[in-house]
Amino acid sequence: MSDAPKPTLVTRLRNGLEVRLKEIHTAPLATCWVWYRVGSRNEIPGRTGISHWVEHMQFKGTPTFPAGVLDRAISRNGGIWNAFTWLDWTAYLETLPADRVKLALELEADRMANSLFDADEVEAERTVIISERQGQENEPSFRLAEEVQAAAFRVHSYHHGVIGDMVDLQSMTRDDLFAHYRRHYNPSNAVLVVAGDFNTRRMLSQIREIFGPLPKVPAPQHISRREPPQSGERVVNVSGPGETPYIIIAYHAPAANDEDFLPLTVLGSVLAGASSFNFFAGGISNKTSRLYRALVDGEVAASVQGGLAASIDPYLYNVHITVRPDRTPEQALAVLDQEMARIIEAPIDEGELSKAIKQARALFAFSSESITNQGFWLGFSEMFADSTWYESYLDRLAEVTPQKAWEVAQKYFVDSNRVVGFYRPNSS
Amino acid sequence: MSKETPVLPHLDLAALPGPDTIRREELPNGVVLLVRENFSSPSVVLSGYLLAGALANTPDSAGLAFMTAIAMTRGTLTRSFQQIFESIESIGARLSLHGGTHTTAFQGKALAEDLGTLLELLDDVLQNPSFPKAEFERLRAQQLTALAIREQDTGARAQMAFDTLVYPGHPYGLSTNGYVETISKLTPADLRRFHREYFGPSGLVITIVGGVKAEQVLELVTSTLGQWKTKKQREMPDLPILKSLKKSKRVEVRLEGKVQSELVIGVAGPSRYDADYIAAAMGNSVLGQFGVMGRIGDAVRVSAGLAYYAYSAISGGPGPGPWQVVAGVNPKDENRAIDIVQKEIKRFTTRRVSEEELYENKANFIGRLPMQLESNEGVAGAISYVERYGLGLDYYQRYQNLIAGITRDQILDVGKRFLDPERLAVAIAGPERGGV
Repeated sequence: MSDAPKPTLVTRLRNGLEVRLKEIHTAPLATCWVWYRVGSRNEIPGRTGISHWVEHMQFKGTPTFPAGVLDRAISRNGGIWNAFTWLDWTAYLETLPADRVKLALELEADRMANSLFDADEVEAERTVIISERQGQENEPSFRLAEEVQAAAFRVHSYHHGVIGDMVDLQSMTRDDLFAHYRRHYNPSNAVLVVAGDFNTRRMLSQIREIFGPLPKVPAPQHISRREPPQSGERVVNVSGPGETPYIIIAYHAPAANDEDFLPLTVLGSVLAGASSFNFFAGGISNKTSRLYRALVDGEVAASVQGGLAASIDPYLYNVHITVRPDRTPEQALAVLDQEMARIIEAPIDEGELSKAIKQARALFAFSSESITNQGFWLGFSEMFADSTWYESYLDRLAEVTPQKAWEVAQKYFVDSNRVVGFYRPNSS
Repeated sequence: MSKETPVLPHLDLAALPGPDTIRREELPNGVVLLVRENFSSPSVVLSGYLLAGALANTPDSAGLAFMTAIAMTRGTLTRSFQQIFESIESIGARLSLHGGTHTTAFQGKALAEDLGTLLELLDDVLQNPSFPKAEFERLRAQQLTALAIREQDTGARAQMAFDTLVYPGHPYGLSTNGYVETISKLTPADLRRFHREYFGPSGLVITIVGGVKAEQVLELVTSTLGQWKTKKQREMPDLPILKSLKKSKRVEVRLEGKVQSELVIGVAGPSRYDADYIAAAMGNSVLGQFGVMGRIGDAVRVSAGLAYYAYSAISGGPGPGPWQVVAGVNPKDENRAIDIVQKEIKRFTTRRVSEEELYENKANFIGRLPMQLESNEGVAGAISYVERYGLGLDYYQRYQNLIAGITRDQILDVGKRFLDPERLAVAIAGPERGGV
């Protein structure tokens, strides 16, 4: 056997299931991911949070694998499993000793079609999900972020959070959930990724055997309601207990597949530090970024973080500031504004650019190391582009110039393109 | 051999760290270096610790070890804060120090080509921190902000209330991060003194794992940390004896504007040195980890639908760390959830776990090991752990047999010894009941 990395096998079964297989022989493990093209983006008022709730119900059993049987089977085999719902997608993952991965394939094929959605289980899960939301509501930063997101999207379904609005969590029915499941959980709306210690030919044959019998159903159509441009800065105020003010500044940002996306990634790195798009890879500190130096070294904030998400439709570049209790949010915003003015007044320098690229290279390497993370990237990039997005990421990033980044800064970092949200403690 | 059928998973011992694949060197100044090569990885991870922690602090100086550790990266005799982080961040690396109860731990990661830079910086911040006044004041303000946020955090408040109940007058009852009153009083001179007295090469353990040759690592460490010399290095004080609770105790912290309550229920558990620690860890898995959070998850989340998370955790450090159940519930369900947890603890301490539970948890402990040891971080953490508790470099070679040998009686005995359902600490942090 050669040690050279095998190319990713890209294929599609007759029923429409897209399959990506990558052999990796560094550990006796395999990871199985199923990515569905459904998330909070596909939800309408009255059903917000439904994708996430369906994800929970996918752990509640099928006739073949009743609730509680599967999680024990995965754990007994030394595996992990989990699931995630986001704006654009819902993903399920199992990582197991490589010789046990068939269990994951059988489970995923089964629950793609046969989940029970038992009425009692739906009711029990309603309180669990409400509890999940209430846990988040305990955090001032969640409450602020939810309001900022809602203010940023008046038309587009990115308006609401993945967890959903409380009123919908209280009112949705078993039939609503089941209908959402049946509509979106089909081979033609999914990508299956298996990465790890296996033989590609034999794995593909096993996948055909297990997933092949699932019927072909046309993929659901989704019509995005495009968000119109903002015609002025929007401001949101949230108040509550505590003594710490927070600010979130959200700029409308391009979609992941837009040519402006990578220049904005570089700008984000210069402004608030590098971060990985991989949800499961740790980041690095941002103490030499422009905003940290101005706000934290400048003694108005305790911390600052920036974040850009890779999404199908244009989403947001967010800056989160934790203001020091001895300063006001207005003081912090004034400092931020100076830095935003600076980044649109003159291009970033070559040193900043090369640092951003080296950081991206390191983070990309860190986030690709484990077999589970390889599975993540292969499926994740398919959700808004295709796997070449991920494979060519570093090369395309290296093509960003200070001039291009400057043009992008001037286009996006203007006040009329942003929402500013303040969390103001009652005590101040 | 275990009597259980079916058969437990079998590990490929050649793939696991062991004496043949871990290089261990004791440098003349006392530094212990452990290296494992992994050329399938483009990165390198370093992790380790020094024997300097909050145990040496008093209630009046709580937070000193914590502040010292983070302040050490804020300036050295030859580098400013910004110079240190420019060196780290410009190569896409990370480096952090954390002051805990028993040790100050450090963690770093870089591309393999940058290990030299990372080690040089680590060496400088460990040996030569200058604790500049202006940086210290910024850090203090940040830490005071963090403490203000903690005041409003139900999870943190419940844990602190629990620690106060279980560890009265004991160092584990104090917050390692300190309090507003203690952090406000600290000075750079306090940090300098703490560093001078407790930091040094004796007892320092560093583990390096990744795409670098062990020989090269040895040279790099010898030329940096290997050169560290201190005149006198104080040892950490011994842990005082902890008195266990005579009866169950309950404390409630009520916070305005919250919608969910955090519960922490438990006891002071076994230390990692306890002969039955592995049996306790496996018992804990049955109680509140396995599958979707074990029996506790089944009862509180799955059956009663009371919580998004409900699990148990055992800490297994050098001393009697907590063995506790944690759950987030609606305030109206606090007592119901506590009753369920108490019943599960009672069941756990009066009846043996079933044959099936024992088998499946053993299979889990063994089967998950390759995944835990897949990443450089995982291997580095595992090797440091083995060194910290004197488990021997062959620990992971012996691991499968150690797990297979655990019995139902052992789990029951260790459960009984620690988790008395009549002597539990119960801490709640949440809104006023009925207020939501």
